[in-house]
Amino acid sequence: MGTSKVFVSGNEAAAIGVKLARAHVISAYPITPQTVVVERLSEMVEAGELKAEFIHVESEHSAMSAAMGASAVGARAFTATSSQGLLYMAECLHYASGGRFPIVMMNANRSLALPWSIYGDQRDSLSLLDSGWLQVYVEDAQESLDMMIQAYAIAEHKEVLTPVMVNLDGFVLTHTYELVEVPRQEDVDEFLPPFDTENKLDFENPKNMCFSSSPSDNMEFKYQQHKAALKASEVIKKVDQSYREKFGRGYGGLVDGYRCDDAEIILITLGSITGTCRVVVDELRSQGKKVGVLKIRFMRPFPEKEILDITRGAKVIGVLEKDISFGYEGTVYTNVNSALIKSGRIIKSYNFIAGLGGRDISREDIKYMYEYLEQAASGAEKECVKFINLGVDTDGE
Amino acid sequence: MGNETKKINARNITDKEFFYGHKGCAGCGGSLAVRLALKVLGERTYTVLPAGCMSAVGFVYPQLCFSTNAMISTFAGTASMLSGIAAGARALGIKDFHAVGIAGDGGTADIGIQALSGAIDRNEQIIYICYDNEAYMNTGIQKSGLTPFGARTTTTPAGQNIHGSITQKKNMFEIAAAHGISYAATASIGYAQDFMNKLVKAKEVKGTSYIHVYAPCPTGWGTPEDITVELGKEVVDTGLWYLAEYENGSFKLNKNPEEFLPVEEFLRKQGRFRHLDEKDIAQIIESRDKKWEYIRKNWEVA
Repeated sequence: MGTSKVFVSGNEAAAIGVKLARAHVISAYPITPQTVVVERLSEMVEAGELKAEFIHVESEHSAMSAAMGASAVGARAFTATSSQGLLYMAECLHYASGGRFPIVMMNANRSLALPWSIYGDQRDSLSLLDSGWLQVYVEDAQESLDMMIQAYAIAEHKEVLTPVMVNLDGFVLTHTYELVEVPRQEDVDEFLPPFDTENKLDFENPKNMCFSSSPSDNMEFKYQQHKAALKASEVIKKVDQSYREKFGRGYGGLVDGYRCDDAEIILITLGSITGTCRVVVDELRSQGKKVGVLKIRFMRPFPEKEILDITRGAKVIGVLEKDISFGYEGTVYTNVNSALIKSGRIIKSYNFIAGLGGRDISREDIKYMYEYLEQAASGAEKECVKFINLGVDTDGE
Repeated sequence: MGNETKKINARNITDKEFFYGHKGCAGCGGSLAVRLALKVLGERTYTVLPAGCMSAVGFVYPQLCFSTNAMISTFAGTASMLSGIAAGARALGIKDFHAVGIAGDGGTADIGIQALSGAIDRNEQIIYICYDNEAYMNTGIQKSGLTPFGARTTTTPAGQNIHGSITQKKNMFEIAAAHGISYAATASIGYAQDFMNKLVKAKEVKGTSYIHVYAPCPTGWGTPEDITVELGKEVVDTGLWYLAEYENGSFKLNKNPEEFLPVEEFLRKQGRFRHLDEKDIAQIIESRDKKWEYIRKNWEVA
């Protein structure tokens, strides 16, 4: 009642979320596959549905700079990007988090050049894990919409004041149509009050913002920033909880475990691939296999405790990710292993690198990963970092 | 702020200071430009400065030297951050304010030119001031896109083979004008009243204004600290810089010296030009004369 259902793509769902969050300023530069979200927002501004200033900037660097300017006067700012565009604004990402500007940005996860590719993997956002932004990876269009609203609530929380990057898998999510429930504006307004901060340029109380600081102070600012990012863990859970109470939908906060309670084999994922993993888990469960999938929603703050709790009973875990830190292993894998080793747990863990440059990850591939983990659990010697579904032999053997 | 068309002079300028306590070098032309600009623009001003001298000398926590709202932008993002401020303030219903960007020559003509071009293209309600000291002074006097021909910098050393910078100054005033900008002007801190009254104009213009103010740098130029203003005057009187405006689609020269002061004397005062030989100086004069021929032929002349 009051809510409506629409058939939209992930990009469009995100745009609806931004509109419901009443963003004041949208600055945007087009890049595939992000374009649709800003097209829809510009249409909403044109139609008067969204009372916002739309700035047609000339680059992603300017998109984020403009968003910071808007945030600096106390406006709610939004931008969106992808891939090379995200990297082009990389400088500004550190700037925005250091300046404690609670900007929300949608990133359409896309591979990075070279070779050029417009298709999806997650090397773009994961390569900026250390930029000080909170990073969430969503699974479907509904979560895209809901997270835009939640993201502002998290970013603008007085003890957080940190920008949030909402990641949608390029094409798989940005361009796939789904039935999505749209909350009522009045309810969103109650959930997300207007942005109110002391951290702004104000004629009543003029400020100098974004200053330099010498070695004698700089580290304290960075420490505060770190504390705020850690604090976000608690805020994310609370926001998700109250969102569930208000709108009937929650996502588990930092992580979402699926059939993990008694699972002996757990595959850890990010983003939209989780949906396929759920199907495979159901299939394997019906064959009596004790398997589960653990979706990491937030890569920052990193859900260390949640991962440890959920994998407590597992004999072996796998990390499936669409990125690679060349010369080492997947970034998510490094993070997961760090959590395990700090807790003193010795558990076999394996890393599946898949889907780079948009390569499909099929149900069969995921089944293969569970089999791989099962064999490892039975004591078979296995490669720790495994590229999935490589085609031609590139090793020249 | 609206309707004050009153011209600014030494008698009516405010006693209030909006940029003080900074660590600028003695005789700094750039800081004078900032100080004067803020006196014209007043309290309800948002200032954006990129990395550069002014952010380095006035913006190191906890010694923050702007008494009005100000922030440092990314080096490339002065004009875009300013656009965001203006848009954010409009969206929040904040009225009667000025949004001014104050960037050096490198921040304007090199790394920041894309954002500046975008802002002018959108005709943002902002004022952009380039204080031009003709090199990257904050990082130690390296060549910028506005370093003039012949100038010695730490990246254009003057030796036997090459006598300093071999490129000409990028013409930012006409580049800004070529966008069809609402208002653009050149100025010099040596003609302070002219500069300030161009700011009075800029704050009343609908749309983007660009003011390019010549601001000598004793440290980078190798000049005594007490001749900064004198150099700012002489550069105009020698014809090596000119005071002009662009509005309503046409150019106007504000000051047209009947005779130019001797170029060589002006150049020799500055350490950065001391190495120039007669051929170099002849080339500078030739280039100046060509420019003035063009100006006098094509622009409205005062």
